Amino acid sequence: MTEHEQFAEDLALYALNALQGDDRAVLEKHLATCSACRLELEQLRGDGALLALSTVGPKPPLRARQRLLDAVAKEVAAAPTLRQAEGRLSRAENAREMGHPSVIVRRSWWGGLGWAATAAVIVLAASLWKENSALKRDIATWRSVASQEHLELENVQKVARAITDPEVERFTVVAMKTPPQPQGKAFYLRNRSSLVFVANNMPSLPPQKAYELWLIPMQGVPIAAGVFKPDAHGSATVVNPPLPAGIEAKGFAITVENEAGVEHSTQPVMMIGTGE
Amino acid sequence: MKSGDQSALAELYDRYSSVVYAVALRVLGDTGAAEDVLQEVFLQLWRNPGTFDSARGSLGAWLAVITRNRAIDALRRRKPETDIEDVIVSVSPDLAANADRSRAAEKVRGVLGTMPALQRSALEMAYFEGMSHSEIASKTGEPLGTIKTRIRSGLIALRKAFEK
Repeated sequence: MTEHEQFAEDLALYALNALQGDDRAVLEKHLATCSACRLELEQLRGDGALLALSTVGPKPPLRARQRLLDAVAKEVAAAPTLRQAEGRLSRAENAREMGHPSVIVRRSWWGGLGWAATAAVIVLAASLWKENSALKRDIATWRSVASQEHLELENVQKVARAITDPEVERFTVVAMKTPPQPQGKAFYLRNRSSLVFVANNMPSLPPQKAYELWLIPMQGVPIAAGVFKPDAHGSATVVNPPLPAGIEAKGFAITVENEAGVEHSTQPVMMIGTGE
Repeated sequence: MKSGDQSALAELYDRYSSVVYAVALRVLGDTGAAEDVLQEVFLQLWRNPGTFDSARGSLGAWLAVITRNRAIDALRRRKPETDIEDVIVSVSPDLAANADRSRAAEKVRGVLGTMPALQRSALEMAYFEGMSHSEIASKTGEPLGTIKTRIRSGLIALRKAFEK
């Protein structure tokens, strides 16, 4: 039995997150060094995906869509919350700073009052110490809140950059004839080589044929940016195809190719669009 | 954020929410909990759009796997065990279009229909109920090795159906 065969059954369980304990740890150690087993793991997950996709059920309730879009909008609006938290932190810190002078002022007149006054001041000092501790706890809380909100803000900003960054170039490609009007929208972020392409009203294709998306650089030949086939309604999606880093796009185009796609097209351009 | 900037997410939601919701509902059996998972999966996609690599498989298959994992975590009331960045799904049929997914689903149901009942049951307990092989062995009274073999050969049978 080879080493790979030894792990074969455990890999299937691992793909389903059903492998626990020592077996899991041993397999993870092996996966770190074995590309063949990593590839088999990806395929086993794909086999599981087929099982998942075989499920049928009702469509999600309509409110779920609005709930998602509301949540996204709320995340984007989270930026001011951080500023508010920082403001609260600043106020709390000011309060702490104000606490010290009051101790000094009260200490300034205790000397003339004897033991009774001393006892009173000790009680007062204890009270102030307690108050100061509470303020410190508040400050720690605000710091924690601010830190957490800062992390959330960073996440939101990361996502927002992918679509809203001033450097994002948007491209809409349309067909020469109507109706129905095939249309595709490309959201391209050059500095992250990130591309989301969504197409609608695409005519169906003969078997063995597919649409191929092309990134047209400012210089040089078009770069293949994914192959896709539309569904029964003419819709299709390409998300983050492999692209070379940092290519400045003049536009995007679509050709019809064999379904495996080609590296360099000789076919006529069916749709083309430049940045908006 | 400008209204148009969320359109890409809305488009992806319109395309894949039925798949995500169906998987979550199959695992959880509760519409409210399935809706929560649906929300979480698309928010994860929104927060980390770069985590899906289209060179390694279809978005529909990736979402199905992420959804199944999150739903199992919810079912077992445990913290997410796998970071979505770590999940790479390789699947041979093209599942980008609804029609392709429908054809693939029909084919998978056909394979499951011809599978021995005990094998199908072991596979579904592992996949849709999140049971470990030892839990399945304990429930069915069969040896651990038998359960392991059934699960693996069941998955491979699905793959082979698409290699023909």
